[in-house]
Amino acid sequence: MASIRQSFEIPGKMKTWSFALMGIGIVALIAGFVTKGMSKDHHEQDIFLGTLMYNTIFWTLVCNASMFFLCVTTMAWGGWQQSFRRIPEAISTMVPIFGAITLVVLLYVAFSGSHIYHWTDTVAVANDPILKGKSGFLNIKFFTIWTVLAIVLWSFLGWRMRKLSAQADEAAMDGETGAKFILSNTVRAATFLVWFGLTVGSTVPWLWMMSIDAHWYSTMYSWYNFASTFVAGMSLVALWVIYLKNKGYLEYTNQEHLHDVGKFMFAFSVFWTYLWFSQYMLIWYSNQPEETIYFKHRVQGPYKGIFFLNLIINFICPLLILMKRSAKRNYTLVTFMAVLIIFGHWIDYYQQIMGSISKEHVTMGWLDFGILSLFVGMMIFGVSKALASKPLIPKYHPFLKESIVHHT
Amino acid sequence: MAKKKFVVGCFDNEDVLFPAVKKVRTTGYKIKDVFTPFAVHGLDHALGMRETSLHTAGFIYGITGTTTALSCISWIFTKDWPLDIGGKPHFALPAWIPIMFELTVLFAAVGMVLTFCYLCQLAPFVKKHHFHLRATDDLFVMVIECTENTNTEDLKAFLTNNGAIETDVQMAEEGWWIGRYDKDEVLFEGATA
Repeated sequence: MASIRQSFEIPGKMKTWSFALMGIGIVALIAGFVTKGMSKDHHEQDIFLGTLMYNTIFWTLVCNASMFFLCVTTMAWGGWQQSFRRIPEAISTMVPIFGAITLVVLLYVAFSGSHIYHWTDTVAVANDPILKGKSGFLNIKFFTIWTVLAIVLWSFLGWRMRKLSAQADEAAMDGETGAKFILSNTVRAATFLVWFGLTVGSTVPWLWMMSIDAHWYSTMYSWYNFASTFVAGMSLVALWVIYLKNKGYLEYTNQEHLHDVGKFMFAFSVFWTYLWFSQYMLIWYSNQPEETIYFKHRVQGPYKGIFFLNLIINFICPLLILMKRSAKRNYTLVTFMAVLIIFGHWIDYYQQIMGSISKEHVTMGWLDFGILSLFVGMMIFGVSKALASKPLIPKYHPFLKESIVHHT
Repeated sequence: MAKKKFVVGCFDNEDVLFPAVKKVRTTGYKIKDVFTPFAVHGLDHALGMRETSLHTAGFIYGITGTTTALSCISWIFTKDWPLDIGGKPHFALPAWIPIMFELTVLFAAVGMVLTFCYLCQLAPFVKKHHFHLRATDDLFVMVIECTENTNTEDLKAFLTNNGAIETDVQMAEEGWWIGRYDKDEVLFEGATA
């Protein structure tokens, strides 16, 4: 145990990069605010807010997915993830930060009388039987309470998991304390998962994103978004694992662990496609105007290119490239695929939100990439800080040995 | 199919088996196979076996299934018997995807099962030599192929020293041939070949 490197030192280059990315992002944010956000044109304002919305929601949910991964593997009594579990833990420390930003953006959108959430317009709702019927769910009060509750509880329950995990650094555990430790891990993971299921697994994507098309609905939508963020979250974990391996950390993590992370990336890309197709095919087949309206401008209109690019990046590429065993064990290929998948699901979020806000033309441009770089910069900065603040390997975790001898 | 001579060592513990496999291989003996009651992770690697190509075969079967489904349905619905279904185009790709998927799975699954049986030399009515019946229960059975230079007594002692709880020498057919093994001799007491 003496030779393992427990404390991560943030390389200067990484700090520079994260500050540079954040700098670009802030410049883009200000420029966007001045040119679009303060514009007299409602459409321009909506584009600015929408860009903020999909970036904040995407990054919050992606970071939250890493805590979901930890909780699920804990519930399954998995041992293999222990040698690198500090990475998903560190990523999940971004949930409170990104969550707070999301909260500000969403509440601003809901309260400012912006045109993005049509259901906030009380006059329109009163004269609209469909929106009236949905008003028990789609109203500002419920939206505010549920959004605050979701973000606060993700942060809090995640924090409890991380706090418990810190016990594995302190002292060796005998059989009894070990069993107790595993049990309380299981209980806390279960609590998180129940709340995760009630939010990300069902209500939150409906409330935050689907309600932009206030008249349209799809029950697949939330699971689709869960799959999207989970596969991007696993890719993010893979990127950090590979980065730390390249820097000589994580001695106990090897190809075997990367292989399993790669399997998640592969399997959930397929799962995402399954949901994508289930949502698309039923609507295409029944061909009812109130349902097809969502796909009209995406499949036949200006978003056609992005819509099918989304499918190629997020389905065809992972399917064909990650299928082979050797590909999932190859650091270079997994890095490439992880970046591609994160980008692909970011595009997916783009078309889901901006495709509804700006139906006539595709707005992808400097603002999108600027805001993206702001979030990537914050993520790199925050995650590396969180990694540096804790030992990298939970050396007294009862299941650590299982992770060291892990074979796939 | 020629009969060959094998030295069989039985182990009752994985933790003993792995070092023994390593020892036997470094000493230069040729391990034919290790029969285990359950799949042991990493054993194939320890034995230095080449990776199976079953999954490549599976991919090819799957692609065949997809192609079969797509070509059949598209021919039927566009050339052979075009029907107007709810005003949809004749080439209605989304509606066909479930069928393409199912046929991919069917071809891949059936093809892989058959290939697996062929590779493992399993088929109905084929009898295979059992080196030790307890390999299906609780013993790890290591089978080492003898050459004319092998001193079986030395090898047996070597295995015992490395943790084998039981060793013996057996003559067995190596391959498979339908109907041949019915005449197999009883190789040790109490066993029914």
